[in-house]
Amino acid sequence: MARWGMVIDLDRCTACQACVVACQVENNIPPASARTAERGRAIAWIRLVPFGKGEGGEHPSLRLIPVPCMHCEHPPCTKVCPVHATQVGDDGLVGQVYARCIGCRYCTTACPYTVRQFNWDRPAFPEPMEAGLSPDVSVRPRGVVEKCSFCHHRLQNAKDAARAAGRPIREGDYLPACVESCPPGAMAFGDFDDPRSTVSRLAESHRAFKLLEELGTHPKVIYLSKGEWGGES
Amino acid sequence: MENPDLGLDERLIRPIEKPARAFAIFALVLFVLCAWGFVAWMAQLRKGLAVTGMNVPVYWGLYITNFVFFIGISHAGTLISAILRLARAEWRRSITRAAEVITVLVLFFGMGSILLDLGRPDRLLNVILHGNFHSPLLWDVVSVSCYLTASTVYLYLPLIPDVAILRDRPGPRQALYRTLALGWTGTPRQKHLLERAISIMAVLVIPVAVSVHTVVSWVFAMTVQPMWHSTIFGPYFVVGAIFSGIGVIIIGMAVIRKAYHLEDYLKPIHFNNLGILLLVMCLLWFYFTFAEFLTTYYGADPSHMTVFLSKTQGEFSYLFWTMFMACFVIPFVLLANNKTRWTVWGTVTASVSVEIGMWLERYLIVVPSLSRPRLPMEAAKYSPSWVEWSLFVAFGATFILLYALFTRFFPIISIWEIREGRENSAREVSARVDSYLPAAEEPAGGSTP
Repeated sequence: MARWGMVIDLDRCTACQACVVACQVENNIPPASARTAERGRAIAWIRLVPFGKGEGGEHPSLRLIPVPCMHCEHPPCTKVCPVHATQVGDDGLVGQVYARCIGCRYCTTACPYTVRQFNWDRPAFPEPMEAGLSPDVSVRPRGVVEKCSFCHHRLQNAKDAARAAGRPIREGDYLPACVESCPPGAMAFGDFDDPRSTVSRLAESHRAFKLLEELGTHPKVIYLSKGEWGGES
Repeated sequence: MENPDLGLDERLIRPIEKPARAFAIFALVLFVLCAWGFVAWMAQLRKGLAVTGMNVPVYWGLYITNFVFFIGISHAGTLISAILRLARAEWRRSITRAAEVITVLVLFFGMGSILLDLGRPDRLLNVILHGNFHSPLLWDVVSVSCYLTASTVYLYLPLIPDVAILRDRPGPRQALYRTLALGWTGTPRQKHLLERAISIMAVLVIPVAVSVHTVVSWVFAMTVQPMWHSTIFGPYFVVGAIFSGIGVIIIGMAVIRKAYHLEDYLKPIHFNNLGILLLVMCLLWFYFTFAEFLTTYYGADPSHMTVFLSKTQGEFSYLFWTMFMACFVIPFVLLANNKTRWTVWGTVTASVSVEIGMWLERYLIVVPSLSRPRLPMEAAKYSPSWVEWSLFVAFGATFILLYALFTRFFPIISIWEIREGRENSAREVSARVDSYLPAAEEPAGGSTP
């Protein structure tokens, strides 16, 4: 089995948010109204987290870091779910079963990265958007939790295509929408179990680090940055 | 057959047989509040949790606060009653039932708070169909249902002889009392069995009660979130639970005493004795809070310190210091002073203060940790919506209404235990005291060694 993961090179990232937009479109995430956003209820599976440095000082700086679900190897969210609605799948992806979730939001509070999202409202798409919803991804009902799936449906499609062609799945067959859309090519995706994969190579870089590594969650999203990155939260 | 004529204790049955008119008005007011809560609930069912003030990252708010608060209150009734029974504290006789009813009723509101908090209450059954026993929420479900069952049995057992008294009197609701009395006639064998059953239940409910608030605390402590991930949360929550529970018993007793003119049964000494217990819990609460905050401060882990500072001097500092005044300073002053502790108003004021403080404590555990997530984000502030407040008030009102109705159906002070105390206690206590001391074999003024 593969161990899918992501590497984000912060030295290349321009914080353009193309990944955020690609994700919204790919995964049928309802656009938030101004009021919803103001109330802190906009749903985003990948968001730019502002890490500030020297706040209030003479040279304040802000670094925006894209944060999707870390698909931890030891996720704090899956074990607290009272109904097994979130589990680690065979490919190491942390999945969410929308049809079973009771909406208690224990997983959202247990996640140290705050990447889990809740459907406070019924999802609403403006007129032309509704026709353009992706048929591969279900629209989530009100009252359940959702989060980045590493575009799990793309993995299914890639596996099917590979099987039809009678070959194993290869690097590049399966890329989440955010990785595919990244204009400066700051995001890489692949199998950490394959030592020759791009992500495995990048992960060995001296620039590599993980978010909140000290919590022992073993994230499968690895960041690259030269020198100080301002993330000593 | 018990003597249906109660003589002195006739007063204990008056609320059931000859209720005052004021009761109807009181009940109506509570019913209106309860109905208002229903309206709010309907709004939430129709529009979902969008009608609350919750947001990202404050995914939990008033409902979870109330869950912890109500389950906490349940701790005094059964637990205190069981401890007092086992310790053979004679002054317990007129307060045990009033306390036990609190536990049984308030548990429904604790569990109800969880139901309100669910995004998909229609899928509640999944907790049984797909239960994940790694989740502390499942531990809660098991522990609380166990406690509810045990507390109901523990309330019912000592109620049987009193129900039989009501059955044997010409009065309303004969069929109900006949069923519930289970053919009690007061034979020595029945009495022996009942006493055995009560003492077994008294021992059993204690570990269950302790487990309940321990696992409630573990809902928070098992996560790695700042100022939740603490090893002392189990005992800290249990202490807080008993603390707030005793307060509710004292308030309840004062109301019953006033409304039903039971000054002869609920005397200042009862309030004083419970006041001493409340004082002990007050000091324990201070000790735990101090230990919790000092270790956090001294360790100075930045993610914990962010939450710590938001409580002690930031956004939540008003609530925090109000909590500290209400949970420690006010009750300590009132209860450490003999003059105020021996009065009903003194202990009741202390208790009301404790309830406010303990509710704030629960709120300050749930909300600040969520408001300061480890990764920085544009956090929206949480302020509860009208729906959340309405349901809080409605839950409180419905609890009081059910409690008041209980007093109209059953004696809120255990008649048979009062009578037993009057008839046998003095003899039993003096026999017990004799057993503590060396036997008085030598005649007075005997030889010295």
